[in-house]
Order: sequence, then C-alpha cells, then structure tokens
Amino acid sequence: MRTLRRVTVTAAIGLAVLLSAGQLASAQIKIGSVLSVTGPASFLGDPEKRTLEIYVEEINAKGGVNGQKLQLIVYDDGGSADNARTFATRLIEEDKIFAMVGGSTTGATMAMIPAFEEAKIPFISLAGAIQIVEPVRSWVFKTPHTDKMACEKIFADLKTRKLTTIAMISGTDAFGKSMRDQCVAVAPKAGITIAIEESYGPRDSDMTPQLTNIKNKAGVQAVVNPGFGQGPAIVTRNYRQLAITLPLYQSHGVASKQFIELAGPAAEGVRLPAAALLIADKLPANDPQKAVVVNYSKTYQQKTGQAVSTFGGHAYDGLMILVQAMQRAKSADKAKVRDEIEKTKGYIGTGGIVNMKPTDHMGLDLSAFHMLEIKGGDWTLVPGT
Amino acid sequence: MAELLQFVFSGLTVGAIYALVALGFTLIYKASDIINFAQGEFVMLGGMMTVFGAQAGLPLPVAALLAVILTTAVGLALHRFAVAPARGATPVALIMITIGASIFLRGVAQIVFDKRFHSLPSLFGGDPIKFGGAAILPQSLVVLASATIIVVVLWLFIDRTMLGKAVIATAANRLAARLIGVDTRSIVDFSFAVSAAIGAIAGILITPIALTSYDAGTLLALKGFAAAMLGGIGSAPGAVVGGLLIGMIEAMSAGYFSSNYKDAVAFLIILVVLIFIPQGLFGRAKVERV
Repeated sequence: MRTLRRVTVTAAIGLAVLLSAGQLASAQIKIGSVLSVTGPASFLGDPEKRTLEIYVEEINAKGGVNGQKLQLIVYDDGGSADNARTFATRLIEEDKIFAMVGGSTTGATMAMIPAFEEAKIPFISLAGAIQIVEPVRSWVFKTPHTDKMACEKIFADLKTRKLTTIAMISGTDAFGKSMRDQCVAVAPKAGITIAIEESYGPRDSDMTPQLTNIKNKAGVQAVVNPGFGQGPAIVTRNYRQLAITLPLYQSHGVASKQFIELAGPAAEGVRLPAAALLIADKLPANDPQKAVVVNYSKTYQQKTGQAVSTFGGHAYDGLMILVQAMQRAKSADKAKVRDEIEKTKGYIGTGGIVNMKPTDHMGLDLSAFHMLEIKGGDWTLVPGT
Repeated sequence: MAELLQFVFSGLTVGAIYALVALGFTLIYKASDIINFAQGEFVMLGGMMTVFGAQAGLPLPVAALLAVILTTAVGLALHRFAVAPARGATPVALIMITIGASIFLRGVAQIVFDKRFHSLPSLFGGDPIKFGGAAILPQSLVVLASATIIVVVLWLFIDRTMLGKAVIATAANRLAARLIGVDTRSIVDFSFAVSAAIGAIAGILITPIALTSYDAGTLLALKGFAAAMLGGIGSAPGAVVGGLLIGMIEAMSAGYFSSNYKDAVAFLIILVVLIFIPQGLFGRAKVERV
C-alpha cells in the first residue's frame, strides 16, 4: 500500500512538473500598454489599466487567444509624453511585445506613434484627438470618438430644432480648446453661424461677464459650451443666475453624474452628447449596444467598486478589437493581425459600432453618440437620436 | 447700465474670493516674514474636509467646524515639523519649505479624499438676488461680509491686544522680542494656526461658488498672493482691497475687452503697480535702521 501511495504521489508531482513546463513552453502573447495611471490624466489611465487587467485575466481564464495566453505589460507615463516615448521603446526593444493597446492622452499617443510605425507593431490608441488617425497611418488605430463628432452631433440636434445662430463659450484648457477648434471648423458645413465667442480659464469661479455679453448679443438662438472639469458646471449655474432662456449645450467632456451634482437644479434642460456606456440602463432593450455596455458596466463595478467611465470603455474596445483580429488572423503574424484590425466590421463596443476601413482607422459614426437632456436631475434620451 | 452692474457683481464675487484667500497670507508674513505658499492648500483642506464630513453624515455646521479645527492642526504641524526645525534659514529657504508642504498636502488630499470636484450648499440658498437688471448670488455677499469681519477682528487683535503686540514685536526683531519675554516660538505657532483657520474658513465659504477639488489650492494661492502683494503684504485691509481690485479688473476686461486676455490684463496691472509702488497700496515701506 505504502509503495503504491508513493508512486501515486511521485506520478502526481511529475505530472504537475510536466504540465507547468508545458505551460512555460507555449509562449505567451505580450500585449503592451503605456497609460497615464497617475498624474493629472489619471482619470483616464486608472480606469483603462483596471479594465485591461480585468479582461486579460478573463480571456486567459477562458483559454487565451488561439490557444495562447495573453501577458499584459503596463507602464505608467504619469501624464508625460516624454515618459510615454521612453516606455514605448522599452516595450518594443526589451519586452518585444506583439501589439500595443494604450496611450491615454493625445500627447502621449503622438509621441509613441513613430516608434510603433517603425517597428511595425499594431497600435490601438485610447486617446481622443482626430490627428491620431488623420492622416491614416498603417499601424495606428484608435477607439474613442472624437471632439469633431461631438460638435457634429450637437449641430445636428440644433438643426432639427431649427436653431442656426449660436454663441460659444469655451474653456481654455486643452479639451475645451481642441473641441472649440473642431466646432469652429465644422460649423460652416453644418450650416451653423457662430455669432459670438467667449472663453474662460479652467479654474475661473465666475463667468457672468462673458455670459452677459452673450445674453446681449442679438440673434443668438442657442449656447454651446465645450469644456471639461468644473468650468461647465459654473457656466451652467451662472447661466441660470442671469436667467438666460436659450437652449444650453454642454459637451461629452462633462457627461458624468458629477456634472449634474455640481450644477444642481441649474442643469435642468441642458443637452449634451454622450456615449452609450453612461446611460446603459436608459438604453432601449433593442439597442444593439445594450448588452455590451450593461455587461461591461456590471463587470467593472463588481471588480473595482467604482462607477464606469467612458475611458475604461475605450480600453475594453481596444483590447477586444485586437483579440478578435488575432482570432480571425489565426496566427501570430503582426502584419496579418494589422490587416484584420483594419477589416473590423460591425464590432459592437462600448463606444459605438466600429466599421474600420483602410481610410478610416477609427470606424465610428455619429450613432456612437446619443443626445441627452437633463430632466429631474437625471439623464433622459432625446427621442430620435 | 445693467451690463456694467453685472460686471461689478462678477468682480465682487471673484474679488471677495481672492480677498479671503489673500487674508491668510498676512498674519504669517507679519509674524515671521515668510510667504506661506501652502496657504492655498489650507483653503482646499477647509472645503474638502467639510464636503467629506458632510458626506460621512455629519451636520454641515459640525463638519465645517471640524474642518477648521483639523486644518488649524495642519497649520500648526506645518510650523512645528517643517518650518520651525529650519529656523535660522533664509526666508527663501523657508518659502521653499512651504512650497514643498503644499505639494505634499495636495498629494495626501488626492489619496485621502479623491480627484473629483465637489460643491457645498450655499448658506442662503442658490437663488440670485436681482438688482437693476443684474444678478448676484447671496453667497458672494457672505464671502464679502466674512472678509470684512476677518479684517476687523485681525485689526482689533493686532492693535488692541498684548498678543497682537507680541506678534508685531516678533516680526520686528525676534531676538529683542525674546529678551523682553515674548515666547516667539509660540507666537509664530499661533500665526500659522490662525492663518490656517482663516484659510479653512475661506475654503468653506467659497466652495459653494467656486467648487473645490484636491488641486484647487494652487491657483487660488497664486491669485490670493497677487492680491496680497497688490494691497501690500502684511496689511489685512490691503489684502481685501487688492483682492477686490483684481476681481474687478478681471471682470471688466472679460466684459469689455476680451475674455481670452483677462488674466493677462490683471497681471499686467499688478506688475505696473508693483514697479511704481513696490510695497503695495497699503504696505509700509521698510525702513532699515543701521
């Protein structure tokens, strides 16, 4: 009996050793990422990192991709484009990654693009600006919607309300500036006239002088406020303080519950474009994105105990687009996977329905945004958008 | 006319905020010649602690009181553990220490609290007071009134109490003050504590208007410092006048000139004033006795 037991134990140990050796032998696919996990852009990088970790673990638990496990390597650029560039080089030369999902900010992404283009490694960016995919670079893709689309969405809504002359009051922070430029650029094409433009500093505590000038400008039919952070909340409060009755549009930059909390009752009637993820529970059951956004929100909230943000959703979309492309390519050949990413059709993600083309490495259209109106301290979907 | 009045109201609102922050700089400077760049963090701590106290279920006045007490303790600690051990160092080195403390406090606040923006309810509700076609929030008047009260109390204290005289003596000549029996260390301790308390009160009162977050202190301190310099650093009425002046200039240039350049206009005027009156509007020129 005793010998039999010994044999069994030995066999078991042997088997375990063999198994683990086998696991070591089947090489892992290295996915690299550089994110702004700390620093001023940590509100982007933090949810992105958590999302990537959650879903790489989940994919591995289900057996990986094409029989191989994924290995995630994340570096924190602390919000600095310089650091991002250094880490990109490390990912390419030392870690020898297969593909890259990351780049929280536009600055970091633009700094890393040359490195990945040269090394011919697929790079899916999580940053906002249109410059990342315009002009199209063969190895670079992105998942988030752009400021330009937000402008177009707002202008489309204005047109349906037959409002064509607007005032703009923009923050002078990076987000506000970029979106303001995009809005000014697309306004003529959308048939919108900007009658007056004002701005405010990101930390200003009173915008009534600017709003007074807007109020006194003849012919203005609506007001658009591209901005991020606390500015839009103060603009909204001042707007009601001055009893301006024109429709007020905020941007997707403040599409969070926090905006409603900060602006308080003044937020009533404010409209803004937002991604489906923020209104997962409000989407009609027949919405194609419903299942994806509800699942992602639930998983993220369960694992992190935090509310979802669209930024984590961008990381989810980036990872899934890559994984699906790898599955379709059925090989670990970077060029083939790149081609497959470019052929992504009808991918339903948190940010919208993605249809990539050789000329379009983002693949989203205006349906990625829903027009929301704040009513009774909560979001409501504006019908027909 | 209604337009001008609205710009004035805006100037008062913003100016009262700057004034309240600027007041915090005066006492520490008076007692120790140090410009405390962590003053903005006191303002932030006052606001954030009240927000989180209220979130934890404390009644608002209790949360506010607790925030003032805790911030005062932080001010004391800043002096005891960072500034006092370096006594004898040049004022520049001491100012560096306060900058370090400000970065440290911001970092701690980011972890202890969070990175989001927060607001507090106004004392007298959020409905604006309408006057002559313009509108002002009642909270702006509260901030303005508080700044005035603090100025009067500080003036009474400095001019009418022994402790106040001791502060002046400490500032004038620390060694001589000690020789006549003033406990200079406690005096400076005291000035840090009171400045922190003023900062915390400012933070609580301005949060309903300006909102707050862990990094709100930096820019507030910059504007408050500019206000204090303009008014004459060390002078409490100067801090208030300086703050209101900057607020007014900003509002007028945003209204009549261009909102893009309002900060530039404000700082340009400060530069010009300081070139011609380096001690500020209410400051006393320093007389060096040889």
